[in-house]
Amino acid sequence: MSKRHLLALYSNFDEAEAVVKELRTATINGFDVKDDMVIKSPIEHPEVEEFLGDKPVYVQWFTLIGALLGGLFGFFLISGAQANFYMQLKGGKPIVPFPPNFVLTYEMFILGGVFITILGFLICAGLPAKRSALYSSKVSVDNIAILVKAEEGAISVLKAIFTKHKALEIQEEAGK
Amino acid sequence: MKDIREDIAWAKINQDVLKSLEAPRKLYWVILFFALLAFGFGLGCEVYQYQTGMGVANLNNPQVWGLYIATFIFWIGMSHSGTLLSAILHLMHADWRKPIYRFAEAMTTFSLMTAGLFVMVHIGRLWMFYYALPYPNDRGIWPNFQSPLLWDAMAIFTYLSSSVLFLFVGMIPDLAIVRDNMHAGWRKKLYTLLALGWEGTDRQWRNFRVTYLTIACFLIPLAVSVHSIVASDFAMSQQPGWHVTSFPPYFVAGALYSGCAAIITLFIMLRYVFKFEEYMTLPILKKIVRLTFAIAMIWTYLNAVEFASVWYSHDAVSKDVLIQKMTGNYAPFWWGMIFCGSVVPLVFAFKRFQTNIPVLFATSLLLNLGMWLERWMIVAPTFSHGYYPWTWDHDQWPSMVQWGMVFGSFGWFTLLFLIFCKVFPSVSMYEVKEMVYHRTLHLKKSEAAEEGAH
Repeated sequence: MSKRHLLALYSNFDEAEAVVKELRTATINGFDVKDDMVIKSPIEHPEVEEFLGDKPVYVQWFTLIGALLGGLFGFFLISGAQANFYMQLKGGKPIVPFPPNFVLTYEMFILGGVFITILGFLICAGLPAKRSALYSSKVSVDNIAILVKAEEGAISVLKAIFTKHKALEIQEEAGK
Repeated sequence: MKDIREDIAWAKINQDVLKSLEAPRKLYWVILFFALLAFGFGLGCEVYQYQTGMGVANLNNPQVWGLYIATFIFWIGMSHSGTLLSAILHLMHADWRKPIYRFAEAMTTFSLMTAGLFVMVHIGRLWMFYYALPYPNDRGIWPNFQSPLLWDAMAIFTYLSSSVLFLFVGMIPDLAIVRDNMHAGWRKKLYTLLALGWEGTDRQWRNFRVTYLTIACFLIPLAVSVHSIVASDFAMSQQPGWHVTSFPPYFVAGALYSGCAAIITLFIMLRYVFKFEEYMTLPILKKIVRLTFAIAMIWTYLNAVEFASVWYSHDAVSKDVLIQKMTGNYAPFWWGMIFCGSVVPLVFAFKRFQTNIPVLFATSLLLNLGMWLERWMIVAPTFSHGYYPWTWDHDQWPSMVQWGMVFGSFGWFTLLFLIFCKVFPSVSMYEVKEMVYHRTLHLKKSEAAEEGAH
C-alpha cells in the first residue's frame, strides 16, 4: 500500500518532544515510528537525539580508513619515487630515508582523513539530497518540523495527534 | 558592555545576516575600490616582471628571495589563526567563537591563496611551476622529497584544501537558510547547489556534528605542522641565523600572533560595514584582544630565546648577522619589528583600550606591520651576510616591482575577502541561534535554581 507524507510545524522543542513521545507510545497501524519519522530543526539540538534515542553514526570509520589509506598512499608514493632513483648514485645515503618521508606521510595521513571524512559525511547524511516530499522554509528560521510517512488509514490519527499538541501548521501530501 | 541578547528572535538573526548579502554600508564599496586598485597595481608589476625578466625585481645572488618569500611567510602566518582558533575553540565549546569563526576561516583560505601566488611570482618563469608537482614523467625525475620546500608545498596544499572543506561544511546549514530566503536568480541557484539539499533532518545534524568535530581535530595538528614546516625551510638550512632549534615554535607563535591581529582588524571592519554590531560584540572583541596579548608575549619571549641562542652559541657569523640587524642598514626595520611586535601590544594590557575600537584598529594594523617586518628581517639580513664575505650584499634594496606586488597582494586578499562576505553569510546564523538557545537555557536553569534556593 502506498504511503503519504504529513508535516507538522512546532514553535519549540518541548512541543515536538511531546508529539514524538506520544507517537512512540501510540500503536498506529500503517506507521512505524522508527522508520517513518524525521525531525527537522534549525539548529543542532542534543535534545532531539535524546528523545529520538541512540542512532549510530559511521562517519568515524570513514575517517579511520581515509587517514590510513592517505598515510600509506603518501609513504608508498614517495618511497616508490625514491626507489626510482635506484639507478642513480646516492653517495651511500639511504634510497628511502624514513625521517623526511615521515613528514609527507603525516600530511597525507591528514589529507586522506579529511577528504574521506567528507565523503563519509555525504554518504551517511544522504547528501546531496532532493527536496523531500514536504518542506517548510520556516525550519530554517525557528520552527521544528515532524515529517511522517504513513499509510492512508493512519493519516487521520497522526493529524489528530499533531493538532492536539498545537501544531502551528500541518502540511499534507496530496493523495495519489 | 552589551553582549548578544538572549531574547533576540531567531528570525531577526536570519534577517540581519541576510541583509549583509544585500546592502552593506557605502564604505564596503570604497574599500572594494581601493582593493581593486591595489590588486591592479600588483598585477601590472607582475606583468611587467613577466615580460621583462626577473632583473626588474632587483633580486640577485645572494638576495634570491627578497620580499616575495618574506611576504609569502607573512600570508601563511596570517592564515593560521582563522581555522586553528576556530577548531580549538570548537573543541573547547567556547561559544563566543560562533559569531566570528566564519570570517576567520575565510581569512585563512584567502591568505593561503594569496601566499601561493608569491611562490609562483618568485619563480619568475610561471610556466615552470609544474616542475614542483610530484607526478610521474618521461625521464623518471621526481621532485626532491627530502627538501623542506616540497614538504611546504604539500603542507600548504593539505591546509588549504582542508580549510576550504572545513569552511564549506560549517556553512552548509547557513547556505540552506540563504537558499530558502533568496529570490529567484543566479544566487538562488548557487545556494541551492551548494546547500546540497540540506533540510536540517536529525540524520543530517547527527552526521554533521561528528564530521565537523573530526575535521576540527585534524586541523589542529595540521595547522601547527604547516608553519613549523615553513620554519624548516629556514631552520634546516646552514645559513647563519636560521639554523636555530626554536624556529618552528617561533614561527607558529608568530603566525598565531599575526592571525589574531588580522582577526581584530577584520572584526572591526565587518562589524561596521555589515552592521553586525549586535553579533560582533565588544565582549567578544575583548576576548580576542586578551588572547592576542598573551600570544604577543609568547612571541616576544621566543624572540628573546632566538637571540640568546645565537648570542651564546658562539657561532661568529650568526652573531654578526644579529649585530648587523641591530646596527646595520636593516636596523630601522628590525627595531620597528621589535617596537610593533613587543611594545605596541602592551596597549592591550590596559582595560580601557580593550574595547576602544579606534585604538584597537590602529594597534592591530601596527601589529601586522611588525609581523610583516619580522618575516622580512628573517629573510633579508641572512642572505645579505652569509658565511662567505664575497657573497655579502648589505645594500640591496627591493625594487618598486617587489613593493608593488607586496602592495597588490593586500589588494588581492581584501578583494577576495570582501566578495566572500558579500556572497556568503559571514556570521554563522545557525550557530548564533545555538548560542542564544543555550544561553537562554542556562539562564532559565539558574533562575529556577535561585527560586529553589529561596
